Amino acid sequence: MVDLGSVEAIPPAETADVELYHPKSWLTKYVFCQDAKVIAIQYSVTALAIGFVALVLSWLMRLQLAFPGSFAFITPSSYYQFITMHGMIMVIYLLTALFLGGFGNYLIPLMLGARDMVFPYVNMLSYWIYLLAVLVLIATFFTPGGPTGAGWTLYPPQAILEGTPGQDWGIILMLISLILFIIGFTMGGLNYVVTVLQGRTRGMTLMRMPLTIWGIFTAAIMALLAFPALLVGAIMMLFDRLLGTSFFMPAIVQAGEHLKYGGGSPILFQHLFWFFGHPEVYIVALPAFGIVSDLISTHARKNIFGYRMMVWAILAIAILSFVVWGHHMYISGMNPPFGFFFATSTLIIAVPTAIKVYNWVLTLWRGDIHFTVPMLFALGFIVTFVNGGITGLFLGNVIVDVPLSATMFVVAHFHMVMGVAPILVVFGAIYHWYPKITGRMMNETLGRIHFWITFLGAYAIFFPMHYLGFMGAPRRYYEMGETAFMPASAMTLNIFITIAALIVGAVQLAFAFNLIWSLFKGREAGGNPWRATTLEWQTPQTPPGHGNWGKELPVVYRWAYDYSAPGADGGFLPQNQPPAAPASRAAA
Amino acid sequence: MSIMFVFLGVIGTIAAWWLSRQRLASKPWLEVGAIDDAGASSLPAAKIGLGVFLAVVGALFALFFSAYVMRMHMVETNLADWKAPPLPGLLWLNTGVLILSSGALQWARGAARHREMEALKAGLIAGGVLSLAFLAGQLLAWRNLVDAGYFLASNPANAFFYLITGVHGLHVLGGLAALGATLAKAWDGVAFDQMRLSVELCAIYWHFLLLVWLVFFGLLLLTDPIRSESGLIAAICRVF
Ligand code: HEM
Ligand SMILES: [Cu+2]
Repeated sequence: MVDLGSVEAIPPAETADVELYHPKSWLTKYVFCQDAKVIAIQYSVTALAIGFVALVLSWLMRLQLAFPGSFAFITPSSYYQFITMHGMIMVIYLLTALFLGGFGNYLIPLMLGARDMVFPYVNMLSYWIYLLAVLVLIATFFTPGGPTGAGWTLYPPQAILEGTPGQDWGIILMLISLILFIIGFTMGGLNYVVTVLQGRTRGMTLMRMPLTIWGIFTAAIMALLAFPALLVGAIMMLFDRLLGTSFFMPAIVQAGEHLKYGGGSPILFQHLFWFFGHPEVYIVALPAFGIVSDLISTHARKNIFGYRMMVWAILAIAILSFVVWGHHMYISGMNPPFGFFFATSTLIIAVPTAIKVYNWVLTLWRGDIHFTVPMLFALGFIVTFVNGGITGLFLGNVIVDVPLSATMFVVAHFHMVMGVAPILVVFGAIYHWYPKITGRMMNETLGRIHFWITFLGAYAIFFPMHYLGFMGAPRRYYEMGETAFMPASAMTLNIFITIAALIVGAVQLAFAFNLIWSLFKGREAGGNPWRATTLEWQTPQTPPGHGNWGKELPVVYRWAYDYSAPGADGGFLPQNQPPAAPASRAAA
Repeated sequence: MSIMFVFLGVIGTIAAWWLSRQRLASKPWLEVGAIDDAGASSLPAAKIGLGVFLAVVGALFALFFSAYVMRMHMVETNLADWKAPPLPGLLWLNTGVLILSSGALQWARGAARHREMEALKAGLIAGGVLSLAFLAGQLLAWRNLVDAGYFLASNPANAFFYLITGVHGLHVLGGLAALGATLAKAWDGVAFDQMRLSVELCAIYWHFLLLVWLVFFGLLLLTDPIRSESGLIAAICRVF
């Protein structure tokens, strides 16, 4: 082993306590709180709550698809509204907010040995603006005309034209809500990035950071650069809708009448949207990659295979994902050389992604795998992500995508890769860090039931959709009606999918129950139930107190993956454990 | 998106330079022991925070400019209705005023370094007043255009002009709020050491907004129907 610096343990730095903000009243302690741990919980609870709305919407859509016309309140208009809100909430208000605002806030300071984020006040504002964005979003359900039904992509011109549900207030509030979300996110994102840059404790070099932090850090940077594209698109569309400009609106004749619009380009919006939209996939995926790496390493008691490769792959994916947005626009009539370019860049991303998958598998290889609930979810993620990734390789090719785009095949693909896979990581991460957050373990049996039904159920839901897509079942269709190309058995399949979706949805209630029940009745966890190496498990108190570390900040002596270390007590060496004294090492 | 990619190239270069100093090729699993320097910068966090924020604002404007150029490029293809409004001559004056206000803040920055309170206050006030003059000038330019019949909604080129100048103006306004807070601090007699950072942040922000404005103004000049019949930008677009 190479020793750096002195072998003696260096004295930990005592930080001046004055810099830390202290809550003065109940209100500033629990509500307008500047402690990243509290903000993390606020973000997570809000995101899960609004995510539940999206889940209910998916039930309604599935009910309509399986039993068309049986429910009077599901009209074609409301079906579009459900689709739109479901997609938008799941992608942005649930997953983005949860991974960055939730896990980012909780884990960045703790895993890096910091007391808090660098700008706690801005961090607090970030949450409240996010909450406002969510409230505006919910408000669209109660406005005249209801929420927008333009699809989560909000493509103009139809998004703001008469005839699209929610054309009145729905789309306006949707755009305002997105603008608020982006402002709030930017405030949080500044914290995540600058805390990683400046807030690391002594000895925590970048290459000693857990991969979770690498994933969240890189995703935050990507989001800071990609969300402005959505912001630009949203502002311009808001102008078109409210002030009658024509950024995106071509000359249109509607019902024999010339509309006031003219001279805008709908394609321009598609470019802006997907310039944000594709990186968004990785904004959700990179934190998931990072978390899964840590879960696998901890629960297989083995150091992560190819740590450097993992870091480089994260960076490579981040860069590449800014040059592939065009693969969402193959059917927009783009120049064939552009299609070739985007197909190539899309396929190249598979290389760093595959490296990560190999490294996870090699980490598991001959590991001491504990099938704990977090591990189950991590394994479920790997399988599902590979699955969705492979159909992504199909769709990355222009010639395959053209017939398949706008079919259920695409729905199956993106649910696998950015719906189910990251959600499995969310669950795994919650089971993993819950003991640190609350001091209690979640119920294991309920956890296993939750895992198996969710995992198998997700396959029951989304696997058959590939097949429906091949047959030509279009996406975003209220009902199929009579078609020559859809056999009657397709309808049976639809019913099967819906039943699976309802069961999977129901088991999420068990998860919610487990969350609350364990808070009071869960087994006491102790400080480090998984015997993990990373700093958040080494806090003096569990749950960590205000300021995280008591008087002295931890000092980091090693990387985050010293599992199965020879001679180590309990098979792992926490990051803040000083190297053994030279004498004993010489003897060994 | 070519402008956005130029911007991302700049950001990427900075990131690559920074990463190259972070020992990304080291083998952390072999390196046990104390490392005193975790690689954080010696700059204050607020300065780095401003840098990151400016990267975000830069992305925002780069995307606006990209959208502007992309839309203009479509003149050549199918949407032959791009009519850029004539540039109000007032914009030259406004540009000068903005340069001066940036200069005034730079001067205040120097005064903070040399601990000259009077000069510092004078610099901040001059910077603030000049910025207000800039905003008033921009509003006047809008008025001129409206009076001449170039309305927001009558043409995408007009809309882009109003939108981008408006967003830029809002950022100046936001800066003025920060500048006001800094001025208040100067009046309260806050110690120089604490003032210095605030003044520096203001100055950096102003230089950045000046840069954004110069890029946009340049873009407008290049595409001004009166000045360039052929349209340099259109020619550039053809190349890309
Ligand atoms: C139990 C879980 C889920 C079920 C049953 C489900 C079901 C559906 C259904 C039926 C559609 C509409 C398909 C169509 O007619 O075109 C849809 C669309 C969509 N879903 Fe999900 N979904 C689930 C979870 C998720 C998750 C976790 C995400 C997160 C990324 C997600 C993202 C989307 C998106 C982006 C759309 C497209 C919306 C649009 O076309 O505008 N879904 N989902
Ligand atoms: Cu994509």
